[in-house]
Amino acid sequence: MKTDDLIRALAQDGAARTPYGRTAALALGVGALLAVLLFAALLGPRGDMGDAVATIRFPFKVALMAALAVAALGAGLTMGRPGADLRFWGIALSVLAVLPIVAIALELAVLPAGTWWTRLVGTNARLCLTMIPLLGAAPFVLLLLAARRGAPERPALAGAGAGLAAGALGAMLYALHCPDDSPLFVATWYGIAIGALTALGAAIGHRLLRW
Amino acid sequence: MGERVQQEQWAGLLRAGLAGDSQAYGRFLQAVTPYLRAVAARRCRMAGAPDSEVEDVVQEVLLAVHLKRETWDPARPLAPWLAAIARNKTIDALRRRGRRSAVPIEDVIETLAAPEAAETLPARELDMLLSGLNATQRDIVQSISLSDAGIGETARRLAMSEGAVRVALHRALKILAARYRSLNP
Repeated sequence: MKTDDLIRALAQDGAARTPYGRTAALALGVGALLAVLLFAALLGPRGDMGDAVATIRFPFKVALMAALAVAALGAGLTMGRPGADLRFWGIALSVLAVLPIVAIALELAVLPAGTWWTRLVGTNARLCLTMIPLLGAAPFVLLLLAARRGAPERPALAGAGAGLAAGALGAMLYALHCPDDSPLFVATWYGIAIGALTALGAAIGHRLLRW
Repeated sequence: MGERVQQEQWAGLLRAGLAGDSQAYGRFLQAVTPYLRAVAARRCRMAGAPDSEVEDVVQEVLLAVHLKRETWDPARPLAPWLAAIARNKTIDALRRRGRRSAVPIEDVIETLAAPEAAETLPARELDMLLSGLNATQRDIVQSISLSDAGIGETARRLAMSEGAVRVALHRALKILAARYRSLNP
């Protein structure tokens, strides 16, 4: 086939397209809504919310998860656009990776060594490990579907971005319910739950996001 | 300066194309093809692939540009986007060829000294992939590409609705892109 002939066929398939950004925004909006509804149905915010917001640890964990979700979404969306500049989101994610380490260091400095283990184990790690992936499931699927409309140069990395964003979204919601606020708990159990979704996203992305 | 004006023109055509103006979109594809061909020719030469494969690579890149056109952000410059797709798909195509057949060293030397790739060397790969489509899809792609038969005429000849022809054409192009991918090791 001559290239001019191929171009003719491509042009005939040239109907208007939904911009990729709009597809991604829709996926995020619906995914987040489903996650919020699931959260409201299964968990709901913790009872002592009024006291909790006045502390340091509770707002920190919620804000950290929110920032992580935003940065992962930004990185994931940008990765779907060939040739786009990823530096800003790369720096943002690096900063967010350092923050929990700083928080842990402060926590260890503030708390007596005898209480470290209790704080890390917390009250309900199993619920945390179940709920974060469950709350993140709808955004996970929808973000990966949206990413299929993109053209990531590194499919596994783009899948990981979607998994990280979904995990952080789920974690942000779960954080509103969870009574364990210590960075030791958050870094460990939230980290495992979000990390699992990220790894799953990478594995799926490697297969599903090639174009 | 001239390059900037040209890029603006290309961007304007693609913008119109994304909004549904298929004539402008066709002109966009025509306009960027020499650029894609130059990228493919340079990379083929660097990789020691013969010039006869340049047009196959160009067609694979064009199909990718087409199917991923909505990933261009109209608020951003076109060149980095286009260059990234061209680079990615050209590398994919060459990696595949590298696995399939090793190019003898004499050929490499000869190829390196060869002049610019001729504009319209026939491409073979797409025809091979076309033969893997089902009869209707193949008929539609060929009818629309080889003759000047538009969607309407093709629909009448095949006794299909125009919408059905459009859907089948789009599906066929997506299948072709998937077949290119599955050629990759």
